[in-house]
Amino acid sequence: MLFKPVSQAFYEFYVKRDKDRCIQCRVCERQCSYEVHSYDPSENIMNADHHKCVGCRRCEYMCPTDSLKITLNESTFRPNELWTNFHRMALIKQRETGGILLTGMGNDKPYKIFWDHLLIDACQVTNPSIDPLREPMELRTYLGSKPDKLEFEELEGKLKLKTKITPQLKIEYPIMFGAMSYGAINLNVHRGMAMAAKELGILYNTGEGGLHKSLYEYGPWTIVQCASGRFGVHAEYLNAGAAIEIKIGQGAKPGIGGHLPGEKVTRAISETRMIPEGSDALSPAPHHDIYSIEDLRQLIYALKEATDYTKPVSVKIAAVHNSAAIATGIARAGADIIVLDGFRGGTGASPTIIRDHVGIPAELALAAVDQRLRDEGIRNSVSIVVSGGIRGSADVLKAIALGADAVYIGTATLQAVGCTLCQRCYTGKCPWGIATNDPYLAKRINPEIAAEQLVNLVKSWGHEIQEILGALGINALESLRGNRLRLRAIGLTDKEMEILGVLPAGQ
Amino acid sequence: MKRVYEIDANGIYYRDLNKKIRDLVAQGVKKFILRNVNGQRYILDGIRENIEMDIYGVPGQDLGAFMDGPTIRVFGDGQDAIANTMGNGKIVIHGIAGDVCGYGMRGGKLFIKEDAGYRIGIHMKEYKDRVPVIIVGGKVGDFFGEYMAGGVLIVLGMFTKKPSAPICGDYLGTGIHGGKIYVRGEVDSYNCGKECGIKKVDPKKDNVLIKILREFCEEFKVSYEEVIKEDFTMVWPKTKRPYGNLYAY
Repeated sequence: MLFKPVSQAFYEFYVKRDKDRCIQCRVCERQCSYEVHSYDPSENIMNADHHKCVGCRRCEYMCPTDSLKITLNESTFRPNELWTNFHRMALIKQRETGGILLTGMGNDKPYKIFWDHLLIDACQVTNPSIDPLREPMELRTYLGSKPDKLEFEELEGKLKLKTKITPQLKIEYPIMFGAMSYGAINLNVHRGMAMAAKELGILYNTGEGGLHKSLYEYGPWTIVQCASGRFGVHAEYLNAGAAIEIKIGQGAKPGIGGHLPGEKVTRAISETRMIPEGSDALSPAPHHDIYSIEDLRQLIYALKEATDYTKPVSVKIAAVHNSAAIATGIARAGADIIVLDGFRGGTGASPTIIRDHVGIPAELALAAVDQRLRDEGIRNSVSIVVSGGIRGSADVLKAIALGADAVYIGTATLQAVGCTLCQRCYTGKCPWGIATNDPYLAKRINPEIAAEQLVNLVKSWGHEIQEILGALGINALESLRGNRLRLRAIGLTDKEMEILGVLPAGQ
Repeated sequence: MKRVYEIDANGIYYRDLNKKIRDLVAQGVKKFILRNVNGQRYILDGIRENIEMDIYGVPGQDLGAFMDGPTIRVFGDGQDAIANTMGNGKIVIHGIAGDVCGYGMRGGKLFIKEDAGYRIGIHMKEYKDRVPVIIVGGKVGDFFGEYMAGGVLIVLGMFTKKPSAPICGDYLGTGIHGGKIYVRGEVDSYNCGKECGIKKVDPKKDNVLIKILREFCEEFKVSYEEVIKEDFTMVWPKTKRPYGNLYAY
């Protein structure tokens, strides 16, 4: 009797092939790492195993005769508002495997996106707008703890700054490439980010998988991460970057750890992470030396001591219900930068149930944290970096008006180098050569081209930010930070506007 | 600059003390003697020189964190998080130690003569010739060797101030997926994580044990013959991939 699992009968995507256009060149077969396409020599035709398709559209992109179209499977269950296709397919997979469902990238569920309910002001008549093409427009940003006051002293007739300023990060755009580990993505993507960060005068973040030896030369444009697994963390690594980030949590999977499966731990990754080849790389859910704000302070200062107080220390948390209270603790623990990663933030692998149901939007956490730190009079002591669902320069600008000093972009970074959000990063088979360490696939990313695309992305966002600043009549990004009066809300409840600290449009 | 430098740490703020040590290391001092140490934290954190340091008193948390090379001997007790993410070197504690020592350690040795707290040697990992070693002469608390990914952990249970306590707490080696844990005497399987394999070993026939136990005994001037009199229980990972089947792909 013919038997096939139900998941092979009901599937998400359907590969449409125009047989008149197809020249049987088999490019699709070679490009698809999920083995969807196959060649039948007896008939001289290409076939497709539709159920294997993840919808990444690599084959469509590579097809020289434009004969392929990836479509959603038209065949469907009886529509049901409660039992959506997502729920039904998940259930089928679980009844077949008994496993936790995994996913990649960020939360794709239809929760409210607050960026889309905020509108930006512009100058008319009384306060002139500025033309950014002809007038200087300052985007430069300094991240780090700012002193409560500045004291000066006169030395040999010259006024000198007496207050000691703690280390600051200077970035030319308020945008940085977010933490994605070497392991989750490959060295070509890391190198692309490093090269782009250097050219742009910004920073990229190593994520928790250590720093490959060949990238140490990009240290001044690198934030090195120290997470609970401490992979590749050693004195040389800590001193290699411009700043150190303690990763407590991640927006895509608040409260849970990481897990790089053993089959992804190749020789080069094992060398960088300093673990044996083929061994699972487990990041515990908590740092087991941090159970309190006092313990966090201990790690912050251990890192500062280990780097002789030359580098700012950042603490990254997932946006959760009580982020504001946690953030004030982090500020008081001595962090120079707080990173708030919202529940739209991406991941290489997360249980779907966690990604889709745990955490809160970055927008709300950001507004709450900024307000709390202001209320307590310690906002200056720490910079805020927000991440998790920043899609364009408007989101960056709105984040800054809500109180952020800068943003991290991860999902946008990956899309700039080719990612099409198929959400299968955890398989290690990324057909675009990004979330994979298979050498055959990884070489699909050329670091130079990736860097160029990233430079283009950030530069274009920079120009757009300058345009909006001009319209706002502001000539420095600094003047927009936490300037929520320049935002108005549309379609939000009173309570949401209260939390965001914005007035409704029209008022 | 003299090669041996003595510091009376009495009343010195940790940051000033550590700054002074870092400056002296940079100037080429190879050996330090610290007296009257009383809880100063972060001593020798991140230091990458092969220096030696004798500490009299009780150093504070995170002694030798991220360090890569130095040898520290503490003639007194230690506190929490000793050898945190240590890269290389040696730390010898002539007394008891606190919790979470040797977290993420990836090289070097930590010898604790007497008892240590909970979560000792968690998430240790090894890479090629870098094999971290922790020996506790007394007893340890819960979660000894949790998430262990490499290296060697040994607990003797001999030099203890807690005669009625078990040699190890619960959840011994839970999540282990690399490395080896040796416990002198017996260990009940219900004390161990589900990822653990357990077997008896004769220390006289185990080359790993012989070498490092000799070093431990010489360090503390205790009888090697006495230590190897009893059989050890070895706890080892049944798989390098404990959670491989947990997920639906």
